[in-house]
Amino acid sequence: MAGDRRATMGHIISHRSIEKVFPADRHSGVAIAGAAGPAMEMVKLFQLQLEHYEKVEGSTLSLDGKANQLSQMVRGHLPIAMQGMAVVPLFAGFDLARKAGRIFQYDVTGGRYEETNFATTGSGGMLASTVIKVGFSEDMTSGAAIDLAIDALFRAADDDSATGGPDLVRGIYPTVATITAEGFERVADSDVASRFASLAERLTTQAPVGAETTDDRGDI
Amino acid sequence: MSMPMYVSPEQVMKDRADYARKGIARGRSAAAVSYADGIVLCAENPSSTLRKVSEIYDRMAFAGVGKYNEFDSLRIAGVRQADLRGYNYSREDVDARSLANWYAQILGQTFTHEMKPMEVEILVAEIGPERDQSQMFHILYDGTVVDEHDFTVLGGEAESIAERLGASWSAGQDLGPALRSVVDALAGPDRTLASGDLEVAVLAYGNGRRAFRRLADADVDALLAD
Repeated sequence: MAGDRRATMGHIISHRSIEKVFPADRHSGVAIAGAAGPAMEMVKLFQLQLEHYEKVEGSTLSLDGKANQLSQMVRGHLPIAMQGMAVVPLFAGFDLARKAGRIFQYDVTGGRYEETNFATTGSGGMLASTVIKVGFSEDMTSGAAIDLAIDALFRAADDDSATGGPDLVRGIYPTVATITAEGFERVADSDVASRFASLAERLTTQAPVGAETTDDRGDI
Repeated sequence: MSMPMYVSPEQVMKDRADYARKGIARGRSAAAVSYADGIVLCAENPSSTLRKVSEIYDRMAFAGVGKYNEFDSLRIAGVRQADLRGYNYSREDVDARSLANWYAQILGQTFTHEMKPMEVEILVAEIGPERDQSQMFHILYDGTVVDEHDFTVLGGEAESIAERLGASWSAGQDLGPALRSVVDALAGPDRTLASGDLEVAVLAYGNGRRAFRRLADADVDALLAD
């Protein structure tokens, strides 16, 4: 799971280091897009619901149960979404019963759609999904998948003004996390930074797409 | 017209206390001790599904003895109380002292105002944000709260078990020796308890945000055999 760090308010960048990828519980994660305030509130409540269920019942919800719970929360948010403050999350987790990773996408009405290979959300989601579609293969290692996600975010940030790229000056990089049988684990910022560095190197040695429109330095 | 019979309040309270104590004494005991890395909670409990020890919040655990349905509803109410407080305010604002007081209010109210007192003794244990700040609140059927630092025992035979535990406990023990002294104290001189008879959990630093972990029978066996 990966997410950029930019929050916008109209045409202004309102926050440079917001988090959009969160652990939902030990074996699942949730990523958010849409109105920041309601989205973060939804994540907080979702995390609480999962933990509360686990403590009261003494066992965790099934992955389908968790996905359904989130679906209900998105549906409950519909009236506010109709007023222009939509929240569209992504949910992914390791299903301990099926021994497999699973991904769920949502729409504003709470519709829940399980995806087999990948899913994206947010303003740059379409751009990112094209990059992933081209680069995806079923037998990717976790390192290759992280590189592909980083590439997708970089390309999305290239064309979408509401998606933030890596901020080399402030050292702010997208949030990346892996979810396996061992649980949700954030990829270290230093690792993400070095993967971005090698991506940038790869891109500058090739002729960057659209280079003829940039200035002499050839910056992207 | 018949007059209701006069019973002195002293007699009413005494009867209720006797009733509650008898109910609690029917069940097996539980104990909690602090050790080098946190608190270990151990209950004599042959069931592997009906729990006496469970998680309340990040650094807090619950133990109950007596009537199962009564302490389990207290446990669930406590989890809800803690989760709501953490949601409304902040995770660090959830603490054992306030939860113990809340439990004491419920038990005290029930004891004085209801026909039947709750036949339970419960424990709220917490490891502090820093090491060596363990707190254990032992709450009795009538709402009496006792706070302990080193160890505490719940149940009908609490006194004799606490005496044995006091003799073998020392500060800063590792998990193995701490667990062995609890299990020996619970068993007494004439019995031995195996992992199948026990329910063991720890609140330990190093478990991450949620410090509570249950120990599987195999882990308990390994610790007892050391």
